[in-house]
Amino acid sequence: MRTVGVLVAVALAIALQTFFSRLVVNGTAAVDLVLVVVVYVALSAGPGAAMVTGSLAGLVQDALSSGVIGMGALAKSTVGFFAGVFGQQFIVTASLPRVVMFLAATLVHAGVFMGLYALLGLRTFPTPWMGVAGQAVGNAVIGMVAFTIIEALPGVVERRRAARRTRH
Amino acid sequence: MPGMPLLDIRQRTGYLFVALTIGHVILISAQVTTQRGVPLLETATFGVVAEVQRGVAALAGGLSGAWDGYVALQDTRAENVALREEVAQLQVELQEERAVAGQSRQLQELLDLQTRVSVTTTGASVIAGGASPDFRTITIDKGAGAAIGQDMAVISPSGVVGRVVTAAPRASKVQLLIDRNAAAGVIIERSRAQGVVVGSGGDLLAMEYVAGSADLREGDLVVTSGIDGIYPKGFLIGRIESVTRNGQDYGSIVVRPSVDFSSLESVLVVLTRPVVPGDDSE
Repeated sequence: MRTVGVLVAVALAIALQTFFSRLVVNGTAAVDLVLVVVVYVALSAGPGAAMVTGSLAGLVQDALSSGVIGMGALAKSTVGFFAGVFGQQFIVTASLPRVVMFLAATLVHAGVFMGLYALLGLRTFPTPWMGVAGQAVGNAVIGMVAFTIIEALPGVVERRRAARRTRH
Repeated sequence: MPGMPLLDIRQRTGYLFVALTIGHVILISAQVTTQRGVPLLETATFGVVAEVQRGVAALAGGLSGAWDGYVALQDTRAENVALREEVAQLQVELQEERAVAGQSRQLQELLDLQTRVSVTTTGASVIAGGASPDFRTITIDKGAGAAIGQDMAVISPSGVVGRVVTAAPRASKVQLLIDRNAAAGVIIERSRAQGVVVGSGGDLLAMEYVAGSADLREGDLVVTSGIDGIYPKGFLIGRIESVTRNGQDYGSIVVRPSVDFSSLESVLVVLTRPVVPGDDSE
């Protein structure tokens, strides 16, 4: 059931990313929704699931982009692994640690992704700092909203059920 | 850890990480060493996922229509049901007419461009944007089935949009001119000075390889030179926004594209390859 949920989340993230990216294509403060899903899976299901999620989602994302297939997948599986390991070693349930996780994950992702491209001499990233910082903030905001909604959902459903029972 | 089952997934995570990393490195290496041509995996995956994108675009359109209809119906319940229904209906129809008129205008512009240019083109609709924020690509709803192939130029009434990088049977991936990997040979329309514009990943282009003696001014129109073998000669790229000098040479030349890449809906794909000046190899 959890696997299906992750697959749906990844598919939704890619669909939303491709659907809305043409509206913000010239903006610099873009978000990487797939990365948000990978970090969420890492913190909620551990490094193994996050790695596989990052790997598969990254491959699809690479195939839909004009870059080398595997670059994004490698970056996302790396982020999934380390975020998952970090989430197992430390308590990451409060808001601040989660925000830090999303910020750090975006920086690591950008480092691996851009580093690989630069290392292989395929692309240059002259001044990526502002773009990466904007994306880190965007990912953190979206990630925190996602966590809040997903964690609040069972409580809301339960309260509605209880209210319905008391009415009868 | 004592008591942990031998086949516990947590014990295998490290091995899985190494295996995935090696797998990805092999995958990347295979592509980097064989950069000529598009990898089969990319074409196949893109072909499949493009169908999903087509479905998402259709679903989004359907949901949008259903949502508008629902909101309009909710409004009609307030006072006079019949009258409000009629008004809402007329409003919806008016919006639809406006949408149709807007679409017709766009198509008319495309048709005008199609008849104006000497190259053979085919019209296509944009069905999705790029999946990664690090690349500037779009997906169009026509592919190899409509005779579209790799490295064909994509234009719009405003100017040059980009080039086809992958053509699946029913969809194509287009690299926008503002992508970091994109480049086009250009000339300044006024002075005929030559150069190359390259994408920056943002919403502006940089013009490079310009001779220090070349005559450039802010506001100059930049058009394609046709020497890159992809873009036909004379199509509008944009205007020079700023020019800085670094001694005798140009420091940086910033070009603002004439195309608004955030609102692309329909484009033309140039089916004929441009004749490269001075290329007598055939």
